[in-house]
Amino acid sequence: MTAKEKALGNVANYVDERTGAAAWMKKNLNKVFPDHWSFMLGEVALYSFIILLLSGVFLTFWFDPSQREVLYQGDYQPLSGLKMSAAYASTLHISFDIRGGLLMRQIHHWAALLFMVAMVAHLMRVFFTGAFRKPREFNWIIGVGLVTLGIVEGFLGYSLPDDLLSGTGIRIAEAILQAIPVVGTYLAFFAFGGPFPGEVFIPRIFTVHVLLLPGIFLALITAHLMLVWYQKHTQYPGPGRTEKNVVGYPLMPIYMAKAGGFFFIVFGVIAFLSTVASINAIWLYGPYTPGQISAGSQPDWYMGWLDGLVRMAPPLETHAFGHTISWNILIPGLIVPGILFTGMALYPFIESWITGDKREHHLLDRPRNAPNRTALGAMSVTFILVTLFNGGNDIIATNFSLTINQIMWFSRIGIFVLPPIAFVITKRLCLSLQRADRDLVLHGTETGTLLRLPHGEFVEVHAPISQVDAWKLTQHEQIPALELSTEDSHGVRRGNALRNKLRSRMSQAASDQVAKPNETDLKELEGH
Amino acid sequence: MSHEVANLSDPGLPDHVHRLADSDPAAEKKAERAVAFLFILSALGTVLFIASYVYIPHNLFVFVPILGSTNAHQLFLGLGLTISMLCIGLGAVHWAKTLMPDNEIIAQRHEFRSPENERKEFVAAVKEGAAASGLGRRSIIKRTLGLSLGLVGISPLFLLRDLGPLPKEQLQTTSWKTGTRLVTDPGNRPIKPSDLEVGAVAQVLPQLTPGEERTLNNIGKDAVLLIRLRTEDFQLSPERLSWTHEGIIAFSKICSHMGCAVALYEQQTKHLLCPCHQSTFDVPRAAKVIFGPAARPLPQLAITVDSEGYLIASQPFTEPVGPSFWERSS
Repeated sequence: MTAKEKALGNVANYVDERTGAAAWMKKNLNKVFPDHWSFMLGEVALYSFIILLLSGVFLTFWFDPSQREVLYQGDYQPLSGLKMSAAYASTLHISFDIRGGLLMRQIHHWAALLFMVAMVAHLMRVFFTGAFRKPREFNWIIGVGLVTLGIVEGFLGYSLPDDLLSGTGIRIAEAILQAIPVVGTYLAFFAFGGPFPGEVFIPRIFTVHVLLLPGIFLALITAHLMLVWYQKHTQYPGPGRTEKNVVGYPLMPIYMAKAGGFFFIVFGVIAFLSTVASINAIWLYGPYTPGQISAGSQPDWYMGWLDGLVRMAPPLETHAFGHTISWNILIPGLIVPGILFTGMALYPFIESWITGDKREHHLLDRPRNAPNRTALGAMSVTFILVTLFNGGNDIIATNFSLTINQIMWFSRIGIFVLPPIAFVITKRLCLSLQRADRDLVLHGTETGTLLRLPHGEFVEVHAPISQVDAWKLTQHEQIPALELSTEDSHGVRRGNALRNKLRSRMSQAASDQVAKPNETDLKELEGH
Repeated sequence: MSHEVANLSDPGLPDHVHRLADSDPAAEKKAERAVAFLFILSALGTVLFIASYVYIPHNLFVFVPILGSTNAHQLFLGLGLTISMLCIGLGAVHWAKTLMPDNEIIAQRHEFRSPENERKEFVAAVKEGAAASGLGRRSIIKRTLGLSLGLVGISPLFLLRDLGPLPKEQLQTTSWKTGTRLVTDPGNRPIKPSDLEVGAVAQVLPQLTPGEERTLNNIGKDAVLLIRLRTEDFQLSPERLSWTHEGIIAFSKICSHMGCAVALYEQQTKHLLCPCHQSTFDVPRAAKVIFGPAARPLPQLAITVDSEGYLIASQPFTEPVGPSFWERSS
């Protein structure tokens, strides 16, 4: 034994005698993770979060979360001698006087954007592959919670510098609070310590942004990862992969090197973006005052859909009995987002209720093999894209020589029309792809070789696909629709007849499939 | 179930395909050198980072094609950081992909459901524990515990009460009073009708009495937009027409939708547009909403001139300014 081994052994012995970690570590160092590029999306989110923590701590050393009025006398000449909040002045200070300060601010902002992009992409991967199915419903709900909190955290973060653009965003948030019936005015006054803007919201949202929400994030992310670890990762179908096993590479050394290395790659990419692409240049906007605004006011992308919804809302208000209800704010600002996020969180339970499938699933679906789910996902994405499009209506209008009115009316109609169209098209596409898969298995691939038959006809020679490929295209299950009766054995209408009818209908829709080829089909074909 | 048709058979895990570096020592050496090269590159990146921090002045600007005028300090700091981070990552991944064993391993999964006997024992243990505490029998303890826990849960709500004052009339009122002079913002100068040409727009605030200081809270409610049109352009009720002065009409600048500053005035169409959500108000018709999500016109401020010829408010706003709220009566 070399001296180095001996020293390491002593350390390991010391720790193990006190914790018994060796047994657990031995088992987990060989933990198997399946390999696929789409499994990196969640990793990107995790690493962006770590980068956010690191760069965020740096920023707090100089950021002054206060609305105290100060006279700016820093390096940036255009704003010199202007009255502004200490928050804005210290953000300018970080950007212009602290070495590396601007780079860190940009890294923080870019990492936040990437964090949201990665979470949304990860969420879509999980949705379209059915990774949320039993036993992973808890993790799905935690994930939806993380996305929701991410939106709030990002919004509060870019509101901290107290510039003209972010102050306008806060003004809108205050108006949403104020619009809540009965208690809204009180909530707004409590949140802002009086009328808008007051002098307390920056210190308050600072505490929420750097302490409360990051704490919740850490707890949720820990739970999220522990569940992934404990339940073992899902895997894509393929030869040798079943619901009972997990095929992949061991944590030690492959994933330590790959995942560890990937953290640095994500950091490098964010650092590069932050170096060459200016983001949130707050010195151009000026300090916040409620009497001014800049044209083309836009939120960060993950708030854009919400802004788009608010923009397309009809001008509806109810005035009755001395009170006002602002539907034009409540519907787009609270009701629709509430329905969307609740529906998203409940989706695993809704789907298993519709299909009646209560089994564990560890093999992922190819999106085409779950046409109804994929179509539903496409429909939701379309909905969000229409709102996002409308959220940028002023910018789009200027750049494409359209009028705001044209875009707004397109969105107002499109929000109802386009998502169902997307549903139908996607479902058809999925079924067509299934048909193509079936053809491929039964008739093989085209070889490009033309053969002239004795009687003069030309045919293209097809080569059978490999057994591996054939397996990939046919391994999935095709679950038949539930058949629930609306009447009991005596022909009497059941109490839950309506529910059963609805469930059967939805189950019917969910089980639309092109029959996949099986052994019998293949045998039959061989006979020809 | 009927859907269990005879599947094709699973061919099983394909044979492992060896990489070049697994068998060819030259390729292995090459991969090793590539990894080491990346790590050295990363070290050089860090050197660049440190050198930029120390030697490049933080306010030196240079011209870079595409980027334009750029802060050299931040640029080289960023490039150094990019190289150092990216190359560590690329090196580690390349190492894993070329030199570490790439045999796929199969691990078995286990059902999460606990074995039946353990589930039974668990239920028994819970029941036993509950019975031992006697919570089911001793209902007075159960109820009083519920009461005390419930009250403890409410108490933090009281602690939050002092977050802010009660709204009272604060949303209903502004600083505008009968006779308050209109002053320019910025500038704080009183203005006369002759200061505004037809088609001109000006932002005004109420004049402060000596000793008063203007807060952002005031601006958030008091900001007013003056617009001068030709008198014949107005399509107003006689009352609203009397609120204008020589073609000058005054509106609250705070949007009746969500409180943004309604700052875009289009001279040709005489429309006011809110840049936040594109609510469009028609100035000649008392800022009637003609497009967008706003449900109410901008409140109009009645103006006239005082004995010295300066513009003043002839009465306070007759309705609350800014976004709607529950207690708003119209």
